[in-house]
Amino acid sequence: MKQSRLAAIVGIHEFRDRDVMGELSALQIKAQSAARALADAGLNWSDVDAIYDAGEGGGMSGLNISEYFGIRPRVIDTTAVGGSSYQFHAAHALRDIAAGKARLALLTYGSTAHSDRRAIGVGGRAAGGLHPADNLDGFAGSTLIANYAMVAQRHMFDHGTTSAQLAEISVATRLHAMRNPDAVRAMEDLEFLDIRETTIDDVLNSRVIADPLHLLECCMISDGGGALVIAAADVARDCRKKPVWIIGTGEATRYPTMGGDITTSAAVESGAIAFAEAGVTPSEIDIAMIYDSFSITVLTLLEDLGFCDKGEGGSYVTGGRLRFDRPSEGPALNTDGGGLSSNHPGMRGIFLLLEATRQLRGESTAQVDNAKLSIAHGNGGMLGSRHTGGTIILAAD
Amino acid sequence: MNDIKRPLPNLEERDTEDFWAATLDHELHFQQCSHCDTIVFYPRSHCTGCTEGELISKAASGMGTVYTYSIIRQSYHPFFRNLIPYVVAWIDLDEGPRLLSNVIDTDWQAVHIGMRVQISWETHEGVNLPLFKAAQD
Repeated sequence: MKQSRLAAIVGIHEFRDRDVMGELSALQIKAQSAARALADAGLNWSDVDAIYDAGEGGGMSGLNISEYFGIRPRVIDTTAVGGSSYQFHAAHALRDIAAGKARLALLTYGSTAHSDRRAIGVGGRAAGGLHPADNLDGFAGSTLIANYAMVAQRHMFDHGTTSAQLAEISVATRLHAMRNPDAVRAMEDLEFLDIRETTIDDVLNSRVIADPLHLLECCMISDGGGALVIAAADVARDCRKKPVWIIGTGEATRYPTMGGDITTSAAVESGAIAFAEAGVTPSEIDIAMIYDSFSITVLTLLEDLGFCDKGEGGSYVTGGRLRFDRPSEGPALNTDGGGLSSNHPGMRGIFLLLEATRQLRGESTAQVDNAKLSIAHGNGGMLGSRHTGGTIILAAD
Repeated sequence: MNDIKRPLPNLEERDTEDFWAATLDHELHFQQCSHCDTIVFYPRSHCTGCTEGELISKAASGMGTVYTYSIIRQSYHPFFRNLIPYVVAWIDLDEGPRLLSNVIDTDWQAVHIGMRVQISWETHEGVNLPLFKAAQD
């Protein structure tokens, strides 16, 4: 099957500071990242004709961010579906470029979640919100972490998955983080205790936040951001860096239903669509950038994307299989250090695309030799409750 | 001794106001379509299964089963931090709808998937909250 070569990622930047100490705004992080990503591609603001924005910098973002950047796009897309928004944006950028509506797309993200001291995971959701679903269950005092913990609890019940198996995900991710100077600095700036490679016992001995999830199975809350430039094929050929092609995209949604299986996510649908479009199979993937809000998120998504059967995730991840230096055993996981140990300011989706691109350029700090195919799967909203799945498959020439 | 209040629903939210009003009579309502029999939960003003029907409110028995749960050990919420450890759970009502709630008045170490539970109303002014406890045989 001939793969699509219509649009490619040509410019990337990951904002390095994870603690801006309240001295920068989300908008400033977005703009500074955008300038660096455009420079990475050898392009300028004036080349941008399509803007994609999840609205984290404020309301009416399609209009306001265009003015702020000083651009006049002919395509504006403000899809906001949580942490997977950037997979949706990349999918739409490919579609818009393929339709001839745009030639150069800019995606940006900025957040000061750490500086703002947002207790995202353990703050408890406020009742009295305007959405009727939240107004129905806010009284229960569930936390974001508890929501994911309930997926893990059910996964253990249905499939015999163990905490030691889930810990493998944290261990492999930390191994990769220790190779990434930006991740190490992030953990230092966020005052992680005992910054080093971890063992399964380290994870199991960290305190339980919401049964069965331990502290070291939960992502950090950082500041941060980044930017991504996607170009039409003819533009991409003239850019500074070699193009990384978007060859498959998929989008899907799930939400609570009567009798529904919460251990299965929208990745089942979005992954199948993306793999079919790309004309590749999971066994061919070199790099798996999988949204790691929590250990259970990765385990569930690996199953749903087809790297193993449903329920087999626990045995699949066992034995260090996800490490970057075991390419014969399947794809390397989250080689930048992930949300668990490098960067999670609230919506991690863009970082999945950035590291997937670095790997295919040969620029990762946990580089997999001759990496040719990456998958970047974002989960937005809450796994096991209402959520989106966005899958992007990338290929090097 | 603890005067920090549990968060309560907004009783004027349009889709859920009837649900909360029914709790004053200790009734837990779900909706079913008069035309296509689709059960709708959380409450809405339209059927999600067809464009023709009218949603009828029905009272659930209050009996259910724990589909999954977690024991919360850390919360920064001023009310809930004083309850730690406490149990949140998705409860499958016998009539079908799945509800997020708490399992209370039960040793938290005894809570398990598949556990039979029954409703245990917590009374507040203007609203009662549908919490759950171990079912009595």
